[in-house]
Amino acid sequence: MSATHHIPSSDAILACEGLSKHFGGIRAFTDVAFQARRGEVTAVIGDNGAGKSTLIRCLVGVHVPDGGEIFFDGRPRPFANPDEARKAGIETVHQNLALIDELTVAQNLFLNREIVRRIGPIALLDRKAMREQARAMLSRLSINMPSVNQRVRRLSGGQRQAISICRAAGSGAKLVVMDEPTAALGVQETGNVEALIRRLREQEVSVILVSHNFDQVRRLSDQIWVMRAGRMVATVRSSETTGNELVALVTGAA
Amino acid sequence: MSTPEQNAPVQTAGAAEESRPSLSALLLDPSFWADWASVVGLVGLVIVFGIAQPVFLSIANLQALLLAAAILVVLSIGQTFVVATAGIDLSLAAAVMLGAIILGLVNAAGWGIFLACVLAVLATSAVGFLNGVLITAGKIPDFVVTLGTLSGITGLGLILSGGEPTMVGSTFLLKLASGSFGPFGYPVWVAIAAVIVAHIALYHTRFGVHLLATGGQVESAGALGIRTNRVKIAAYTISGFCAGIASLLLVARIGSAEPLINTSLLLNSVAAVVLGGVSLFGGRASILGPAIGALMLTALVNGLTLLSVSAFYQPLAVGAIVVLAALIMRYQK
Repeated sequence: MSATHHIPSSDAILACEGLSKHFGGIRAFTDVAFQARRGEVTAVIGDNGAGKSTLIRCLVGVHVPDGGEIFFDGRPRPFANPDEARKAGIETVHQNLALIDELTVAQNLFLNREIVRRIGPIALLDRKAMREQARAMLSRLSINMPSVNQRVRRLSGGQRQAISICRAAGSGAKLVVMDEPTAALGVQETGNVEALIRRLREQEVSVILVSHNFDQVRRLSDQIWVMRAGRMVATVRSSETTGNELVALVTGAA
Repeated sequence: MSTPEQNAPVQTAGAAEESRPSLSALLLDPSFWADWASVVGLVGLVIVFGIAQPVFLSIANLQALLLAAAILVVLSIGQTFVVATAGIDLSLAAAVMLGAIILGLVNAAGWGIFLACVLAVLATSAVGFLNGVLITAGKIPDFVVTLGTLSGITGLGLILSGGEPTMVGSTFLLKLASGSFGPFGYPVWVAIAAVIVAHIALYHTRFGVHLLATGGQVESAGALGIRTNRVKIAAYTISGFCAGIASLLLVARIGSAEPLINTSLLLNSVAAVVLGGVSLFGGRASILGPAIGALMLTALVNGLTLLSVSAFYQPLAVGAIVVLAALIMRYQK
């Protein structure tokens, strides 16, 4: 471990120090320090092109950063790919949701971590157990779903988002990362997804939320980090800031 | 919104709506007819042919019909696995021919019929594996790759056989072709076993779910850590394996290995898959559907023959039924 300026505080679930990433000659972000506290909803805001999504992608192993260190759960953890991040306990809700339309709700919730029963050398799916656990997962987050046997194709955008979040939270993840979870949703569905994020927080799942919506960020998050032009320029407690202050921080007018 | 009391109504609503919809609602739903096109078609054909030519319904004819359908059922199962990944295997019938020729040559070389059968199945499975590798690692469209292997293994079959048929006089294959257990001949039992194994693989294993996920949304499946390329290669290998089994049944049936491709086998395997309600765009499949689709196509040919309709009309009838089925599929939800 190299001597960093200061090791992130012990209540950080995910943190980074001096993180940089560029694509060819284009700098996505430079020298970023960031931390998400355990059990909190941490928001990252910024204008288009500020580097939010790239930062998140570096943190969950989609991109490998060019410099700097990432700490997960107190230890330096450079993730080479998203699979490693997932195994360590970071679940990402992908912007395209990564749902399979033709499979049922239960099948999607357990995709690639199916429950099986072994009969000699053969492993058969335990579909009943998966259906029951799927119902339990959905009701734990009070997600209203007509049936876990329904194909995902027939669900609304909000329901799909809810399933994707439920899958991320239901795997026993320590941290759920969401990139613009309500960008494509209507008013009511946005409300449902926001309620879902609050419920995750009540169940002490740490959340990192990337959003454009300052009001939403103030409603949902505990701590807000502001990026501008590839740098982390400010961090504020959500309870101690105003919409105007956030606008000023994001645009650089402060 | 986040009150815990909401949990209760969520669960009851779930339980109530999971009961099956009523029969009348089911019959009015076009997607029901699309899902069950092959069953409806088979029942329709049995009724029509049964009235027009009562011999059709005789036990002897039904047994002959099932026997004739066995090869197509096995091939349709192989094709189903490939189509479920949103691919297509055009080399299927050519692989059957290659398997038959290898069986004939190995047997003629005196290596014994069992080794001949094993090598035939291994060879066709290898063809399927090669298809899968070329499509995934080579990033070449399935259509092009399997068209290429169709031509390639046709040539290979001609080179190996010198264009001459090989007689296969084996008591084992003779028994396989003509023996029976209970009401059905052995080939029918082979087909039934294939249906059961494939059904379990598709619906009751992780591989089956991953196969449908890969066919449905390949990027999403990949994002969740499913190795989609491996799944596709496995699907093509299964297709090749089924071609191998079909080649054993074919050689047993005609008693010789001929360097001739039965093109109607390829087209009918795709037709059976479509009739069986399997989406050509992938992600949605069943095994019983295509198996019944294969039965239906065989019943069509059988019935037309009994009615003394010229064999020239049979492809026309098959074509019309497949297009009709595809039209009904548009209502599939």
